[in-house]
Amino acid sequence: MSEKIATRAAFGEALVTLADQYPQLTVLDADLSGSTMTCGFAKAHPHRFFNLGIAESNMMGVAAGLATCGKKVFASSFAMFAAGRAFEQVRNSIAYPGLNVTVVGSHGGLSVGEDGATHQCCEDLSLMRTIPNMTVLCPCDGPEMRAAVSALMNHKGPAYLRLGRLAVDSVTDQIPGYQFEIGKGVLLREGADVTVVATGMMVQAALKAAALLAGEGLSVQVLDFHTIKPLDGPLLEAAARKTGCVVTTEEHSVLGGLGSAVAEYLGEHCPVPVIRHGVNDLFGRSGKAQEVLDAYGLNPQGVAEAVRKAVKRKG
Amino acid sequence: MDTKPLALAAAKGRLLALNAVHAAASGHIGGSLSVMDILTTLYFHTMKIDPKHPSDPERDRLVLSKGHCTPALYSLLALKGYFPREDLSLFRSIQGHYSGHPDMVHVAGVDMSTGSLGQGISAAVGMALAGKMDRKAYRVYAILGDGEIEEGQTWEAVMSAAKFRLDNLCAVVDVNGLQIDGRTSEVMPSEPLDKKYEAFGWHVIHVDGHDLDALVSAFDEAKAITGMPTMILARTVKGKGVSFMENNASWHGKAPNEEQYQQARRELAQRIRDCADEMVLESMNRAQEPFISWTGEGDEWNV
Repeated sequence: MSEKIATRAAFGEALVTLADQYPQLTVLDADLSGSTMTCGFAKAHPHRFFNLGIAESNMMGVAAGLATCGKKVFASSFAMFAAGRAFEQVRNSIAYPGLNVTVVGSHGGLSVGEDGATHQCCEDLSLMRTIPNMTVLCPCDGPEMRAAVSALMNHKGPAYLRLGRLAVDSVTDQIPGYQFEIGKGVLLREGADVTVVATGMMVQAALKAAALLAGEGLSVQVLDFHTIKPLDGPLLEAAARKTGCVVTTEEHSVLGGLGSAVAEYLGEHCPVPVIRHGVNDLFGRSGKAQEVLDAYGLNPQGVAEAVRKAVKRKG
Repeated sequence: MDTKPLALAAAKGRLLALNAVHAAASGHIGGSLSVMDILTTLYFHTMKIDPKHPSDPERDRLVLSKGHCTPALYSLLALKGYFPREDLSLFRSIQGHYSGHPDMVHVAGVDMSTGSLGQGISAAVGMALAGKMDRKAYRVYAILGDGEIEEGQTWEAVMSAAKFRLDNLCAVVDVNGLQIDGRTSEVMPSEPLDKKYEAFGWHVIHVDGHDLDALVSAFDEAKAITGMPTMILARTVKGKGVSFMENNASWHGKAPNEEQYQQARRELAQRIRDCADEMVLESMNRAQEPFISWTGEGDEWNV
């Protein structure tokens, strides 16, 4: 039985697990430690955890200052406030000097649910991706998140790590020989007709869509792109050449995130039909998380629809 | 203490700052002249630093939160010996890496990249926090402008420094009363600053920001304060030292034309000669050799 856990929970666990091995690890939060799950680290290592209150801009600057003194800093809040409100602090105080800070954006995308549009950040991957020096990660499940946090401990320079709110099925632990490396996509399912490039919890939706479409005679390849930046161009290009068309899927705006990154890359290196599946330049709305996701088509059926469209475009 | 060497260093710093802005035909001279005595006191008296080891983990740190005053910062770093004085001709130039706002990656002696107002003091809080975590003895200084504190982030930072009882942090507001669009009292009134910072849990010191003895005392007083950070409210004159720039908001961020430059240069060079003369006179009175020579150090001084 595969583990079902939210990536934010796996993130919180990983911080605690790695704390002793990395004595410089320092964690900041902005009054959301019970949601971003940094609370476990706060309890276990109170002298290496600082709650900066509801003041994300200052938190990013404090993170930068700590980093100049050799600390390995994770600064956490909701994606909306970490990447949105504090965008300029992340850009100018953290990324411009190339400091060793991981900005952690929890509750990315629509699955925030009931809180509605003001808290449903569908722009964070886009915002963070445009900043020079920035590495952007969006792991899909618990095991991948643990591996990502571990990799970030040895990563030098600024990074953005997106966490999800909902418990999700683990899929990467089903892949023989799975290895996490920043900047390297993962082949989860072989296919011949179309490639779906997915990130975050849309990876699970993509796998379900692939199973669904197999019944229609379509052979769907699924790539897990936990790293939005740097994009794994070689893997992407090879997949595009093999299958002749590509679908991207993300719990994020189709503007500026994974879909844009893939379309930009393929446009320059291997032009094939690309369909971007995600949130279509719209604000979110309140509802139960699954209801909101369904309303915006962020489910296996939505991915399948995008795949059918892409295959038709192949001509 | 004898602050004459500080006065001389500040006078040299002012002329170097003017020259840098003139060479670049761009830059923020007004605030650089107002903050010069504050920065000179820190770099040439108060701070424990060694230009030969700019990354020493034990060093005191300075964050120029009002980052546009690189003409002052870079000039003093050059005088201190972090890099050759000739490099100041590369200020704001594509030929070098002495960018318009402080760049910690490329410029030795710069402890934090700043420039977007309101952000530097947060980084200073982080540095002070790290010092507390690691039980280090270093102190952290943050220099803010009185226009800059209109940025809400500075008040977030001020709250957090009090929460963590950062008595190793000393901030200074360069209160010159002017910002780009005019008087701070008209653009966005922020007084009474002392009551505000006291209410936020800081120890507050008032000082004349051009009185070097008073600045030395203020930084000494801050060192002795325990359990809370210190805010020094330094009243200054924007454009200090150049008659036609003083108290004139239009000199916030523009370079002088050739005629204006020559006049400013004469005034600042005269100030250097006066400072040096005072030192020579004093040392003659004490029958000692002058211990700082101001001649033969390059063209800047010989107007």
